[in-house]
Amino acid sequence: MRAFTRLTGVAVPIDLPNVDTDRIIPARFLRRDRDEPEYASFLFHDVRFSADGLEKADFILNQRRYRGARIVVAAENFGCGSSREAAVWVLAAYGFRAVIAPSLGDIFHQNCFKNGVLPVILPADVVAGLRAHIHAQPGAALTVDLQPQTVSTAGGASHRFEVDPFRKEMLLAGRDEIGLTLGFETKIREFEARHAREMAWVVPPRASA
Amino acid sequence: MFEKIWTRHVVAEGPGGHVLLYVDRHLLHEGATAAFTRLARSGRRVRRPDLSFATADHYVRTAPGSPVPDDEIRIMVEGLGRHTVLQGITYFGVGDPRRGIVHVIGPEQGLTVPGITLVCGDSHTATHGAFGALAFGIGSSEVEHVMVTQTLWQKRPRTMRITVDGRLAPGVDAKDVILAIIAKIGAGGGVGHAIEYAGSGIRAMSMDERMTVCNMSIEGGARAGMIAPDDTTFAYVEGRPLAPRGAAWRQALAFWKTLPSDPGAVFDREVALAAGEIAPTVTWGTSPQDALPITARVPDPADVGETGRRESMVRALAYMGLRPGTPLAEIAVNRVFIGSCTNSRLDDLRAAARVAKGRRAVVPAWVVPGSGLIKRAAEQEGLDQIFLEAGFEWRESGCSMCVGMNGETAREGERVASTSNRNFEGRQGKGARTHLMSPAMAAAAAVTGRLTDVRTLRT
Ligand code: SF4
Repeated sequence: MRAFTRLTGVAVPIDLPNVDTDRIIPARFLRRDRDEPEYASFLFHDVRFSADGLEKADFILNQRRYRGARIVVAAENFGCGSSREAAVWVLAAYGFRAVIAPSLGDIFHQNCFKNGVLPVILPADVVAGLRAHIHAQPGAALTVDLQPQTVSTAGGASHRFEVDPFRKEMLLAGRDEIGLTLGFETKIREFEARHAREMAWVVPPRASA
Repeated sequence: MFEKIWTRHVVAEGPGGHVLLYVDRHLLHEGATAAFTRLARSGRRVRRPDLSFATADHYVRTAPGSPVPDDEIRIMVEGLGRHTVLQGITYFGVGDPRRGIVHVIGPEQGLTVPGITLVCGDSHTATHGAFGALAFGIGSSEVEHVMVTQTLWQKRPRTMRITVDGRLAPGVDAKDVILAIIAKIGAGGGVGHAIEYAGSGIRAMSMDERMTVCNMSIEGGARAGMIAPDDTTFAYVEGRPLAPRGAAWRQALAFWKTLPSDPGAVFDREVALAAGEIAPTVTWGTSPQDALPITARVPDPADVGETGRRESMVRALAYMGLRPGTPLAEIAVNRVFIGSCTNSRLDDLRAAARVAKGRRAVVPAWVVPGSGLIKRAAEQEGLDQIFLEAGFEWRESGCSMCVGMNGETAREGERVASTSNRNFEGRQGKGARTHLMSPAMAAAAAVTGRLTDVRTLRT
């Protein structure tokens, strides 16, 4: 996994609450390979492009000032709905490395950590303030710094956020979670032995073909 | 109850309050193909194939005839079959009558039982919580993690109890209950929580109905939703093909009876609803929280104070093509879909058939059973005949128009009365407009061509 330490980049405000993962990447693209060169074009596809494949001028990512944005500043419950990890893959493919919101869909939140994208939760009024700041100065950059856990504007306003220490460590080191867990092999074996004694009924009988 | 199951499955304590949680059941569908490919590339193997089960539901066609719509999907479905053989995983594949929607066949086969941890790479995994299991949806990276280690790093969620006391009025069912709950707590209301549904209104429900309630926990933001196991649960599980038998059954049952929350159990949040006040409910917008009684009118954004909420309402109404003040019961529909892991079980099909019987569908209406076995059981009861005589289409099992990954989508601008769980923009096809409701209400919409209060159709 790609490490995340410190990022300064253009931030794009997305004001709608409850942006679901179906909107972030419509279901028909889920069968596509995330290594495809055009993968990034599936991001927000149906609201970003018109039926003839042209960019819709009113969609915020299509505005000149937000080209090359790296940070999403969203509203409540961004990434809710379907568990599709592709919602994070497609954001990352486009170039996003951080999502700032008052709250995030639970599974989306977890999926971010696994793909080197930092989810930042801040109080609703702070996030609304950040969105207002960007609307006032389109193209303004934000800096997200994971070690001190801060989000700051070029003007110097800085907000501290909470992040799970475990996830923080993994992100800073860009560490692979499966590798970490395999280090617990003895514990897993011991657990399985005890589980088999105490809850023997848990293993289902073999299914007949 | 949550506590009792959680504690039993902790393998190790990790940093920052995380625990390594053991997984008793891993259910897989076509969406796992990417994880299987990464697994194969890394040369690793599935640790516990005996605890992993796969089926094909999202991409398989439900029209009679060829089960796959195109080569890309054929390759994907065949790939899943190949991976499961290589890894020694039981696979309910194409051609197997046990094939069906993953959240329908888990319980049906007896894989879903109380007291276990169960995960699946799908957000509606909370369905299985209806049995008093801790069940939640995971992402693709987590699927691979479970394949290799049979565990997950998890942080303890907060707990919420939603109590529904009293009796449901005639014409009101489990779907109306969960839609009313989501309207009350909001689409983000359950974020970070495991929900326990309790109260006499829940206790009185069949397993099929309890699954409908737990299924939509994610639409309220919660990853898990559970109901304490009781005699209804045990009677459902006993004798299922993959349920414990003999001595194992007795041992399991003794444990399951200890699971219900103790009388003094404390929850981080409590919510209560009166069952008797819930009416047949439909959604008008593009979030499951946009739900109202069928007797209401399309709400007016001008009445909403908060700017963000007002703007999203304006947008939702524009997408849905609705005008504020229109009575919901006057909205004409183009199509009806009865199916999905929310409402495709035998009880659901019976409820829809009761309304369809002796009437005639005036718009295209699909009935998509949740599994091959449900389809067969429904046919034995003659439900297929009722639907066919009423002009409904009787199809093969699968996810179908719930998500349309198999190409079965509604057309742009079409309005669908649907028993599925998501009314997001584009969920049932680009530009398609979804109204969520119960199977009886969907059948009522099919025979009148508009959203209809099913209570007005009763004779
Ligand atoms: S029926 Fe719909 S919600 Fe359920 S698993 Fe299939 S696609 Fe997902």
